[in-house]
Amino acid sequence: MINLLSAILVLAGVFFYLAGSIGLLRLPDLYSRLHALTKADNLGLGLLIAGLALHMQDVFIVLKLLLIWLAVLAASATSAHLIARQARRREAGS
Amino acid sequence: MNTASLLVFDALLMLTLVGLAWAALAGSDERLSVILFIAFGLVLAVAWARLLAPDVALAEAAIGAGLSGALLLSAVGSRPRGASRTRASSMQNHTEEGNTRVLQWTITLLCAALAGILAWALLHALDIGPTDMLPQAISANLATSGVSNPVTAVLLNFRAYDTLLELAVLLAAVLGIFALGPATPGYQPAGPVFDGLVRWLVPVLILTAGYLLWVGAHAPGGAFQAGAMLAAAGVVLRLSGRSSIGLPNGLTLRIVMAAGVGMFLLVGLTLLVLGRPFLGYPPAWAGTLILMIETAAMLSIAATLLLAFHGGRPKSHALAARTESANAATSNTCNEEQTP
Repeated sequence: MINLLSAILVLAGVFFYLAGSIGLLRLPDLYSRLHALTKADNLGLGLLIAGLALHMQDVFIVLKLLLIWLAVLAASATSAHLIARQARRREAGS
Repeated sequence: MNTASLLVFDALLMLTLVGLAWAALAGSDERLSVILFIAFGLVLAVAWARLLAPDVALAEAAIGAGLSGALLLSAVGSRPRGASRTRASSMQNHTEEGNTRVLQWTITLLCAALAGILAWALLHALDIGPTDMLPQAISANLATSGVSNPVTAVLLNFRAYDTLLELAVLLAAVLGIFALGPATPGYQPAGPVFDGLVRWLVPVLILTAGYLLWVGAHAPGGAFQAGAMLAAAGVVLRLSGRSSIGLPNGLTLRIVMAAGVGMFLLVGLTLLVLGRPFLGYPPAWAGTLILMIETAAMLSIAATLLLAFHGGRPKSHALAARTESANAATSNTCNEEQTP
């Protein structure tokens, strides 16, 4: 039961990663690429970590996995913001 | 089925590594090469994890990919845009171009020779592998080493000499960085979003450094990984425009820089005076001594890596604070005008 649930979560995570990567490659401009990449990948990582956490015996390891997810969420949101702001400035400047 | 899928994964990993290395070396855009190099470092860390070497994987991800990447990016960023390798060489005259070519070929030949030697050593090691007595010797003596992580036991006890000399190399490197002159100017104050990240990320990084240092005694971690975390905190602080915190000042900085080598020598010489071999810890004290040395080493490593990112001797804080307050008035206009 846990195995099945974990497999479903991990596969869902992989699906979102795939969607994000396809978005990065196929979408026309920087902003929509950023949108696809950060949103889909963060959700993908969350699902992946939820799937892995089901297998962990130790609560401490689950907390560490959660911390990784939160750190990646904050870092990717911030870097997406910085990249988008820089691009807007460059557009305004040119 | 399981071994077969792992084999496919490993093959993909190796192909990705070679592909990334090729792309990083072959491209003419330096910025892109650096980003590919960072990706290469991260994939290499995964490869180390697959080889069941989590200590090396951590060090590779933190130092090889993270800090070296930041260092290279800032080096590329500090040069005028468009000064790429090809354009730079076409601007120069023929002799210099010839020199560059000779240099490139020399490097290529040396790298090929190194790769050949490594391949030979690998084949040799595979040949004698199981009869090698080193792992058995380590696990037989692990109980007296003061730690239960064999990697830390080797680095800080059985081969402590090597680590002492590594720290001495880092000290020499940081002296070289000081000789480069004053540090490059810091960055503009960050916007609210990045600033908000920095405010909680830096404490978490410091906490992680302490955790890695402590956990190194019985699990993957240790002074190098912890030092890289501390240095990362300093890099993030510098990127967010806080040039007056992150590194201590004057004499304190010098003490921190020399702390690793100093603590190592202090412990080693004290043991000599007490009639033990140099760095031959008494088993009852080994754990404490290793933790003391690792703490000092972590501070030195962090200071060295961060000073490398600063690219020179840091300005004194009073001066930095004065320049900052002077810049604060004009920072808004500067921010708008700064187009890379």
